[in-house]
Amino acid sequence: MADLAPYRAVLSSRIRSQLAYRRSFALDVAGSAGVGLLEFLSVYVIFTNVTELGGLDLAGVALVFAFANLGFSLADIVVGHVDALPTYLRSGTLDAFLLRPLSVLGQLVTSDVQLRRLGRCAVGVAILAVALPQAGIDWGWGAALLVVAIPLVGAVIFAAVFVAAAAAQFWLVDGAEFTNAFVYGGSNAASYPTSVFTTPLRAAVTFVLPAAFTAYLPTLLLLGEPGPTWTPAWLGWFAPVAAVVAWVVALTGWKAGLRHYTGTGS
Amino acid sequence: MTEPIIDVVGLSRDFTVRAPAGRLRRTSRTVRAVRDLTFSVPEGAAVGYIGANGAGKSTTIKMLTGILVPTAGTARTCGKEPHRQRRELAREIGVVFGQRTQLWWDLPLHESFRALAAIHRLPSDRAAQRQVELVDRLDLGEFLDTPVRQLSLGQRIRGEIAAALLHSPRLLVLDEPTIGLDVLSKERLRGFLVEERAAHGTSLLLTTHDMDDVQRLTERILVVDHGQMAYDGTLAGLVDRVGAQRVVVVDFVGDADGSGSAGVPDLRGIPGTELVSVEADGLRQRLAFAPGLTTAAEVIAASSTRATVRDVAIEEPDIEDVVRRLYLSQ
Repeated sequence: MADLAPYRAVLSSRIRSQLAYRRSFALDVAGSAGVGLLEFLSVYVIFTNVTELGGLDLAGVALVFAFANLGFSLADIVVGHVDALPTYLRSGTLDAFLLRPLSVLGQLVTSDVQLRRLGRCAVGVAILAVALPQAGIDWGWGAALLVVAIPLVGAVIFAAVFVAAAAAQFWLVDGAEFTNAFVYGGSNAASYPTSVFTTPLRAAVTFVLPAAFTAYLPTLLLLGEPGPTWTPAWLGWFAPVAAVVAWVVALTGWKAGLRHYTGTGS
Repeated sequence: MTEPIIDVVGLSRDFTVRAPAGRLRRTSRTVRAVRDLTFSVPEGAAVGYIGANGAGKSTTIKMLTGILVPTAGTARTCGKEPHRQRRELAREIGVVFGQRTQLWWDLPLHESFRALAAIHRLPSDRAAQRQVELVDRLDLGEFLDTPVRQLSLGQRIRGEIAAALLHSPRLLVLDEPTIGLDVLSKERLRGFLVEERAAHGTSLLLTTHDMDDVQRLTERILVVDHGQMAYDGTLAGLVDRVGAQRVVVVDFVGDADGSGSAGVPDLRGIPGTELVSVEADGLRQRLAFAPGLTTAAEVIAASSTRATVRDVAIEEPDIEDVVRRLYLSQ
């Protein structure tokens, strides 16, 4: 896997073509930023009625929201288009991938990039910039490292969810609605303190769909909060483990899906 | 090299088709797309793979190129097991599906070539040299900067073929390459393929509905019908076997006043032919003949002794007809 030049060649063409129409690109980015802002507004509205949500104040909740959004939009930029797999199947693009001497998933991921989602990324970064100084964080190297690592690990976890959802579409005909429930539902669940959910639901968005690992749990570490029972803050240190597990599941599913498509066994 | 470029033994492929039956139940039914195919193609050969729609041509090609896994039997392409060694095989074959693009839809051709050169890890001097050769011989120069989606069908197919040949594969697989092309484009494409094979010794596997493609490009044909091999041999042998008839269409010069006073030319009784139809008050007549019994030239010569011939055309038997006759003859 040493040589990434083949993937880079397609990707750089793709980026150039997206930047070619500057005004349209700027509008796309602004639109994506608008969606992020509107979602944050819905969090902000809650705080006009309450002073605390799931044990966190506004700054804490804003951090969870920003980390989740940043992680999700980073994943969306890089792998978000994999949910178009049914289109790739119908148009024969997947067959074209199979006829090239490269990994099919690698080609699928590098076949496109959603630069306009940078708008939503920017919203996440902006909220972080405002909320971090107000959250009462005990700053040190560890905290600084966490701030950088949380969205990156979150992006890796969300990317795995995207790939797993795409893999499911090898079996589901027009199953995008079904898989979107997990992808976007997961992103939505990750944007709130998981402590607001009932215990079974909290367990589900922690251990089944590892959404809590993308923002809430590591944010507790950053804030020095203990976290609720069953999902304590120290679980946040296991976010990288959750990412690895999520990718093992996603890749296993992907390989099985591809085998289903080419017809090895069932 | 003595190893065949394609070696297929007992190749079969089933598909399971599910259909809803009632509210919750679904029935599933197995469709046998390809049944027990066995054939071998030596390196450097050009083979036409023909059959009606749904006969199993594309399924076979997908198994030979590693896209689909056989249900039973084995296929070896370039000495490799297509599905297991998909990536290694991809470096040695070039594939074009006429009705589906393998280029990047919204990228211009030259960017596709650049990406493909990187994908096949071609040294930049070799890639550049090969690209110049292909651009020149397929006449791609004027639309190299146009996104693929804006190309005409003929331009796109030429681009696809150039893309498939950029890495100088040992085997070129073309699935319906001339479908939808006009006569001139077809002829230019055939000319290119003949030259390309002469220059590089590339083996060719071609599926087509066009008898002219088969005649111009291949020295051997395989006919598949309902997933089974129906014929393996030369085109001439096939025509002999099914007695496929060619048809000479003769147009006569009409009278100057259009009164038809000269009478209708009578083409009955020319040796080895059968009068199939008389149209336009006898000014257009069709004579069918079996290639073994007489030749087109003799038929035309005999016709012109009976009236003044204005124009002649020769209709070749179409694939569906040949396959149907083959089926009936068994």
